[in-house]
Amino acid sequence: MSIEGKVALVTGATRGIGKAIATELGRQGAVVVGTATSENGAATISEYLAEAGIQGTGLVLDVASPESVESVLKTVQGEFGAIGILVNNAGITRDNIMMRMKDDEWDSVMNTNLNSVFRLVKGCLRGMTKARWGRIISVSSVVASMGNAGQANYAAAKSGMEGFTRALAREVGSRNIAVNCVAPGFIDTDMTSGLADEHKEKLQSQIPMNRLGQPEEIAAVVGFLASQGGAYVTGETIHVNGGMYMS
Amino acid sequence: MSNIEERVKKIIAEQLGVKEEEVVNSAAFVEDLGADSLDTVELVMALEEEFETEIPDEEAEKITTVQLAIDYVNANQ
Repeated sequence: MSIEGKVALVTGATRGIGKAIATELGRQGAVVVGTATSENGAATISEYLAEAGIQGTGLVLDVASPESVESVLKTVQGEFGAIGILVNNAGITRDNIMMRMKDDEWDSVMNTNLNSVFRLVKGCLRGMTKARWGRIISVSSVVASMGNAGQANYAAAKSGMEGFTRALAREVGSRNIAVNCVAPGFIDTDMTSGLADEHKEKLQSQIPMNRLGQPEEIAAVVGFLASQGGAYVTGETIHVNGGMYMS
Repeated sequence: MSNIEERVKKIIAEQLGVKEEEVVNSAAFVEDLGADSLDTVELVMALEEEFETEIPDEEAEKITTVQLAIDYVNANQ
């Protein structure tokens, strides 16, 4: 059984890792709905999907807003059918050292990176349970395992996501729903391009493969977990980081 | 036996994978019919579908026996 015709929802799909994941799932034959925070972003997604000959669309979604999540899930389920593959990819960083971290920096990272996973999963589980088939894949970070100075909020949210994944995997395994995380290391995207060159060089020196990863190298692992080949992997966090962290 | 009662019992038997004769009115889903917590949620989903109604979570949690399911559907038709 391939994922041909399954409906996949990928959050944060405008660019970077999310875009690569949306494209990979589409390549495997899934109908892909990618979400963006802006109309422009949604249009970009629709465009690249169409260009690649992938059925699906881009939609505007603010994962931090329960109302927005509810309305998008309704639209997707109405237009394309029950969601079989959920990829929680949307995420933000609000880095600051702990002694200077504002409530708002903590709250917005928790809300966008972790609370959103709770809401989206809850909204998709009924359909997956009924279908006796589902894949929930959340994009975590190597920072969840290693920690990173200045990212206490981000590390907490991503570790939370991994714990959530293990608990949920136990809950819904009997319904043939696999729940996993993929934890990227340093990937060449807009999120990391903002880092100072000096910082980047230092990071790179700690990566055995001596380079940043490409979004496609994350998408390939997400694609594997979504595919039939990944059917028996659940509750797992797969690290993809060029060796900078080995669990 | 009312039509609703029959339909409710049929769904319970199907969802929980038990024989229809086991589905007596006093039977509790978890203790008597071997349901786990996920089964009970799915059972409510099936009832919602069959009777084209939406059962709020706080109501759904109270439906723990065959009789309570029948009562709920009867009261909300």
